[in-house]
Amino acid sequence: MKLIAAMSGGVDSAVAAARAVEEGHEVIGVHLALSSNPQKYRSGARGCCTIEDSHDARRAADVIGIPFYIWDMAEEFHENVVENFMSEYKAGRTPNPCLRCNEKIKFAAVLDRAKKMGFDGVITGHYARTVDSPEGRTLHRAIDPLKDQSYVLAVLNREQISGAIFPLGDTEKVDIRIEAERRGLALAQKPDSHDICFVPSGDNAGWLRDRMGSEDGPIVDQDGKQLGTHKGAYTYTIGQRKGLGLTVPTADGSPRFVLKIEPVTNTVVVGAREELAISSMRGEKTIVCGPEITPGTHRGFVQVRAHGTPLPATYSYENGYLTAHLDEPLLGLATGQAMVIYEGDRVVASATICETA
Amino acid sequence: MLVVSTYLDHAATTPMNPDAIAAMSSALAIIGNPSSLHTDGRAVRKYVEDARDVLAKSIGCAPSEIIFTGSGTEANNIAVKGIYWQRNSDKSRPVIVTSAIEHQAVLEPMQWLVDHEGAELVVIPVTEDGVISLDALRLIVADRADEIALISVMHSNNETGAIQPIADVVEIAQEIPVHSDAIQSWCKTPFSFKELGLFAASLSGHKVGGPIGIGILILQRGIDIPALIHGGGQEREIRSGTVNAPSIVALAAAVTKSNYSAHEVAGLRHSFERALTTQLPDAIINATDADRLPGITSVTFPGTLNETLLLLLDGQNISCSTGAACTAGVHRPSHVLEAMGLDEIAVMSTLRFSFGATSSQSDVDSVMEALPKVVERARSAR
Repeated sequence: MKLIAAMSGGVDSAVAAARAVEEGHEVIGVHLALSSNPQKYRSGARGCCTIEDSHDARRAADVIGIPFYIWDMAEEFHENVVENFMSEYKAGRTPNPCLRCNEKIKFAAVLDRAKKMGFDGVITGHYARTVDSPEGRTLHRAIDPLKDQSYVLAVLNREQISGAIFPLGDTEKVDIRIEAERRGLALAQKPDSHDICFVPSGDNAGWLRDRMGSEDGPIVDQDGKQLGTHKGAYTYTIGQRKGLGLTVPTADGSPRFVLKIEPVTNTVVVGAREELAISSMRGEKTIVCGPEITPGTHRGFVQVRAHGTPLPATYSYENGYLTAHLDEPLLGLATGQAMVIYEGDRVVASATICETA
Repeated sequence: MLVVSTYLDHAATTPMNPDAIAAMSSALAIIGNPSSLHTDGRAVRKYVEDARDVLAKSIGCAPSEIIFTGSGTEANNIAVKGIYWQRNSDKSRPVIVTSAIEHQAVLEPMQWLVDHEGAELVVIPVTEDGVISLDALRLIVADRADEIALISVMHSNNETGAIQPIADVVEIAQEIPVHSDAIQSWCKTPFSFKELGLFAASLSGHKVGGPIGIGILILQRGIDIPALIHGGGQEREIRSGTVNAPSIVALAAAVTKSNYSAHEVAGLRHSFERALTTQLPDAIINATDADRLPGITSVTFPGTLNETLLLLLDGQNISCSTGAACTAGVHRPSHVLEAMGLDEIAVMSTLRFSFGATSSQSDVDSVMEALPKVVERARSAR
């Protein structure tokens, strides 16, 4: 096949590209420039769009022996990922920009362009697997549970999955580093990137404050009694305990947690830990990743964070909404997060959480 | 397997002339620092000075007006900053006049002077054919003559090949020093430092079949400007560093035994452009009404993205250029084409093809065989 390898400059995507070449595919390496003002260097392990990273990606392509280009996706990235990140926070929700990037950039803009240019698919260094079944290609967890990235890929529809190639899903991360070393890829020891690539400091709240301002507002209890003042409601997350700066203690001395963020009134509601418990969730913008979901209820697992625990649940899909009833209550779930349904290790569907109860 | 490429990026760099490679190889084997006082040093110095004489003839300047540098970019930096510092030493002439289509090697040192030293940049606009407006220059000079430190206008443009009216610029400038970046022009179109009456000019070795890593600043005799690089003062106290004898000898060989025929290169370009207009009638060739260098064609392919065209052509071993790219390798819209009035979409659909001494009709045939399909595919991938 003729394939485009998306190369971030990290070890995973480099090994993924090398494996595809070894399997006999015709591969071209592409580095996505996602920032119009890239930083010169990575600070620590953060970020994936610096000049140093594009250089590392180019060196890896040279070592593998494939052509290499840089595609400027900064505008698409800003519109679909960065702006969405801000508007979601502004609306009081907690978005996951990595999912948006996979949905709108890597497996949409890039895959689309690749196909139109005569390529058959896109290779990435994500830890996930695809399986070809009679019902089409399905998305599954990687064998390394610590690295599994199927959660952030659960936004891919069937067509996108059919154009995606994940050569690393059957390998453990530690072996990838050894393999990179063996292949002479100098970035073998480069630290993993994590957090949000366009927030290189890792300080999401500070980043949001710089761009959206910080309007003070009340921190109230569930009865509406003001307990303190915050600096911008959107810098708080449901379930947050630290950094509230409250001086009025609770009657029994127990800590308070953020229960709710009300963007319109710029209010943060706090309360006791038990109040965080939810037993069901509803998601919109559902994406079905494999075979159609039949009407009625089904047993499966729901995962609500990138490396969260899969929670046993009963789920159903109706009128575009995905609903899950948990066997055991869960503490602290923010709207805007993605709910991903699994059956075994297969990804069934994902949706953006819009309601919890 | 040896893949033969169709190299159509001679304006970026062109293959070294075989005579230059031979001259350089011989020179590399000879020991001696040209600044040493002993016999070995003097022997190498002689080669360097012989080469300087040869180059001076080609450039139309006195040998003592040649200052060897490490690159054309360095020559531009010394000229722009040095002349500015010399002329504005009493803060009376902070204005730098330049064209909207200069190379970054001229624009960026100027911008640095603006940002760090309070210089004021006045930009001469260009016509839609990429030639500077002399009327605009006349107005600028009439208005601000006493405040202008220097005027710098390139001899020809690296993206479109449009040749600029330098003799007229010098005439309008009168007493104001004029510098010209003649890197694309040298050895391709008539260029004489003396006849043009320039104050300074910049040249580069690797655009004319010489090696990469050697440039020339030509600066009128008797002019002293502050140096950028200190430490020995080897080249007229303006450029320090051990004189790069092998590269200088090679450059002289490249120029004296040039295998570049302007007539033949212009013929190939004509053949290419004729085929283009026949097979891809909606392709737009830029700056066609300007007097152009023989080897450069700038073409806009409506409905495409130039980086896609480049990738697809590269896949068929055809090398061409999209123009500028930033440090990270991201394509940037060309300020040259924007200055000519092309909108951003047109700018991002424009490629540069440049022919050189080693180009042949088979290069034209290869690119024309590939282009129609590549353009069609790029249109669908837009």
